[in-house]
Amino acid sequence: MSLDKATVAKIARLARIKVPDDDLAALAGELSNILDWIEQLNEVDTRDVPPMTHVAAMKLKWRQDEVTGAAPRDDVIANAPEERDGFFTVPKVLE
Amino acid sequence: MAGLADLTLAEARDGLRNKDFSALELAEAEITAVEAARGLNAFITETPERALAQAQRSDARLAKGEGLALDGLPLAIKDLFCTEGTLTTAASHILDGFTPRYESTVTAKLWAAGAVMLGKTNLDEFAMGSSSTQSHYGPVENPWRQAGEDRPLVPGGSSGGSAAAVAARAGLGATGTDTGGSIRQPASFCGVVGMKPTYGRCSRFGIVAFASSLDQAGPFARTVRDCAILLGAMAGYDPRDSTSADVEVPDFEAALSGDVRGLKVGIPDEYRVDGMGGEIEKLWRQGIDWLEGAGAETVEISLPHTRYALPCYYILAPAEASANLARYDGVRYGLRVPGDSIDEMYENTRAEGFGQEVKRRVLIGTYVLSAGYYDAYYLKAQRVRTLISRDFTEAFEKADVILTPTTPSAAFAVGEKMDDPIAMYLNDVFTVPASLAGLPGISLPAGLSDAGLPLGLQLIGRAFDEETVLRTAGVLEDAAAFDARPGRGVGE
Amino acid sequence: MTLIEGRTGEWECVIGLEIHAQVISKAKLFSGAPTDFGAEPNTQVSFVDAAMPGMLPVINGFCVEQAVRTGLGLEAEINLTSVFDRKNYFYPDLPQGYQISQFPLPIVGKGSITLDLEGGETRTIGIERLHLEQDAGKSLHDREPGATYIDLNRSGVALMEIVSEPDMRSAEEAGAYIRKLRSILRYLGTCDGNMEEGSLRADVNVSVRRPGEDLGTRCEIKNVNSVRFVQQAIEYEAARQIDIIEDGGVIAQETRLFDPSRGETRPMRTKEESHDYRYFPDPDLLPLELDAEWVADIKASLPELPEAKKARFMADLDLDAYDAGVLVAERETAEYFEAVAEGRDAKACANWVMGDLFAALNKAGLGINEAPVSAASLGALIDLIDDGTISRRIAKEVFETMWRTGSKDAAAIVAEKGLEQISDSGAIEAEIDKVIAANPGQVAAFKGGNEKVIGWFVGQIMKATEGKANPRTVNEILRRKLAD
Repeated sequence: MSLDKATVAKIARLARIKVPDDDLAALAGELSNILDWIEQLNEVDTRDVPPMTHVAAMKLKWRQDEVTGAAPRDDVIANAPEERDGFFTVPKVLE
Repeated sequence: MAGLADLTLAEARDGLRNKDFSALELAEAEITAVEAARGLNAFITETPERALAQAQRSDARLAKGEGLALDGLPLAIKDLFCTEGTLTTAASHILDGFTPRYESTVTAKLWAAGAVMLGKTNLDEFAMGSSSTQSHYGPVENPWRQAGEDRPLVPGGSSGGSAAAVAARAGLGATGTDTGGSIRQPASFCGVVGMKPTYGRCSRFGIVAFASSLDQAGPFARTVRDCAILLGAMAGYDPRDSTSADVEVPDFEAALSGDVRGLKVGIPDEYRVDGMGGEIEKLWRQGIDWLEGAGAETVEISLPHTRYALPCYYILAPAEASANLARYDGVRYGLRVPGDSIDEMYENTRAEGFGQEVKRRVLIGTYVLSAGYYDAYYLKAQRVRTLISRDFTEAFEKADVILTPTTPSAAFAVGEKMDDPIAMYLNDVFTVPASLAGLPGISLPAGLSDAGLPLGLQLIGRAFDEETVLRTAGVLEDAAAFDARPGRGVGE
Repeated sequence: MTLIEGRTGEWECVIGLEIHAQVISKAKLFSGAPTDFGAEPNTQVSFVDAAMPGMLPVINGFCVEQAVRTGLGLEAEINLTSVFDRKNYFYPDLPQGYQISQFPLPIVGKGSITLDLEGGETRTIGIERLHLEQDAGKSLHDREPGATYIDLNRSGVALMEIVSEPDMRSAEEAGAYIRKLRSILRYLGTCDGNMEEGSLRADVNVSVRRPGEDLGTRCEIKNVNSVRFVQQAIEYEAARQIDIIEDGGVIAQETRLFDPSRGETRPMRTKEESHDYRYFPDPDLLPLELDAEWVADIKASLPELPEAKKARFMADLDLDAYDAGVLVAERETAEYFEAVAEGRDAKACANWVMGDLFAALNKAGLGINEAPVSAASLGALIDLIDDGTISRRIAKEVFETMWRTGSKDAAAIVAEKGLEQISDSGAIEAEIDKVIAANPGQVAAFKGGNEKVIGWFVGQIMKATEGKANPRTVNEILRRKLAD
């Protein structure tokens, strides 16, 4: 599968990673090489094979509906790059 | 007290109990060793004050005869485990300055058992890599050198800092995490023992996630016994991790009976891959002979989908990672690079905060999950994962444990394979299959390459049968009598 | 069928609703942080809710139970195996960078809701699915120019997303659907239905088509938070789409926002092309497996729901469809009514509840749970009418006194004020004689065939007895005397 620059730009946008236009071609080549290699999988017959999402042969455990507490707000925002009045703040979001 | 840092973890434990030396003396010796090994860049953060304070508390308990399982034993912690009050970086620029207000379950268990923290070890950023060169904090060097050369070699990865530290005697043991080989491969490159337990054996709570369905914590140490001791303290059910297994933790150390008579050891033909060095082949043969000599029986087994494990892994792990790493957005912690809009802020932060390999994997992962490609890549890989897992299930009908080489080659030079991601990925060809199946595996040093570098053998066991893996590894260890030592950073 | 008259002919509006209902639970869906509304910013947040590195979700079993209970209440299929997926997108109040939701395998499958429309008509709206998911935090855009403030208190609170089939054809039907769904949720105790606090939010899908034709392109109006706004948004949106098509344009599939101050919808600024959610099973969670017996136990414990209650009120209590519908619409009303009607004449009780009580509540702006007259007190009051102690007219007075003073004891008020009904025929006869004697003209009119005059006479006698005379006794005696 050969990725073109536009596709790389699109996935970079989806992943919110800025890729300068000048780097798109090289990155497209790199990712295409990896995808070509990955496509060996097409040799495998997987008809009627169920997908495996978990190796664990166990049942999901449930927690009780008990409040075990919130973290102190100071701990929640301690590492924030920017905060005001106990809120995290970010550049204005336009809806 | 010269030589304390040279002790095995079991020896140090017994020495402390016998009051041959104090925890404080041991900690001081280890702190000195960590300083001496600085050239390896194995640690991102050293925590000597904390080590001394913990050692003093250990001494107080030991003096009262109330010593805990790991009391006073200095360990290095991979900087992927969140440690309360201590910088936790995942070797990424994007976690700049991040100091968790919480502790990972595994490290909390270690401290509860009396262990002492020497520091946080370097790794490939977000555990993505096989060389520990992809770190924001610079590459880790392997303490080993090729005979007659001084070219720096990689320690393997991603837990390369932990492996290098243990090899350089800067820590009696260390924690690592293994997603596709990140404990076993660096253990092999550095001539130490490293174990990835069964998926679910150790809690993932508080470990910076790479690929959630594969990540598993495990120990490094210089002997199989030491690994067994550490694993016993790290393992156990944790209600805070929904994938943690609610099973009893056996006495792993007690499993080291030295007796493998009648044990069926599977030898998978498919692991004789192209490009595998003759010396690896020879070592594998040697391992078979050792086990047969100890009374085990070897059986040929087939793991037919082995060659598809790597491409399968390089779909699933990046896919999971693309979501796991979405939280690094510059909003609540870590690096923020300003932008005119929220999206620009995200894009700038993540472009500057993530290294090249992380970006590559996040992009691949994003692509294979995106509309129109999910079935062809992600779902296909999940189906192949089923086949790989079935291969093992069938193999374990014939064999009790599987013996393979850990890596197709010995450690390579820093800078090599950097421009060829796929060549780098191929390092994990022998370790990834067991990861996909969630099975326990161990790598132990079994010999030296022609160039004088350590080579490891891997044992893979049934799910939650770490005991058989450890028992077999103990027998191999005795037979191999590996006593070669690295040349650099050992403070000699 | 409700059709809209355009410039070029008739149009049909097709509406589907996605309702986000906040689950009633003490703790969040995947963490032990509290769910309390209105707390200081970022004080109801665990490290899991803030998506700190290494934090992992653990499912709250009660939220699962609430979703199953809701599914059963919607007469829907319960899927014994369902899967949590990650829905990936970036937004500053979504800390993980993905929402844990359910996509291909939701916990609840197809169900239905029956709507009561005007004139006693009913209509069945299909439920496509119900799934569990995490709420996001809250973004405040207006605290400071150039900045958005993020509060994660709601981050991780359990939501049920309830998706209807595109079965509604008018704003009225959409309103009836939301009200009915809210009523069912309240009966079940799985969501408080409070739209002002955001416990119930609607995404509205609207398209238009010529009657009988295929579905048109739809627009989704996000996050509308009242029934009135939903209806306004639908009406605006249908008119907008019809205008565009009639002008020869085509509808762009897009996400829009409703602006209540203008009564208009407008496109969201986020581009639709950027929405590729890349759903995949959350590897931090295993499939959610339910035990069939456990589901059966929940089913057995369900309360009687409005539909069943309405049918019972009609069949057993002989109420008409309208009264029954009104009385069951809110669980609290139904409970109040049933407490009043217990052992009493249901119709009379219904009249009291829907008449005097509703009027008083409306006037005072109170909910039925805040009524100063309890169901027991109202029942005792009605008993006084039934046993002839007071007349209905006096009872109204007593009711007003109870309402005003908060007194619980109707009998005491009656006794204190001497309001007992006069049923003694001698006393009444004396009054009647007086009135007949004083009004020969009216007597003549009655004898001349004017039956209506009897009402006038009754009025006079009631006035003379300050309303205490038993009206039936008055009638009997009066007719006998006038016939003489």
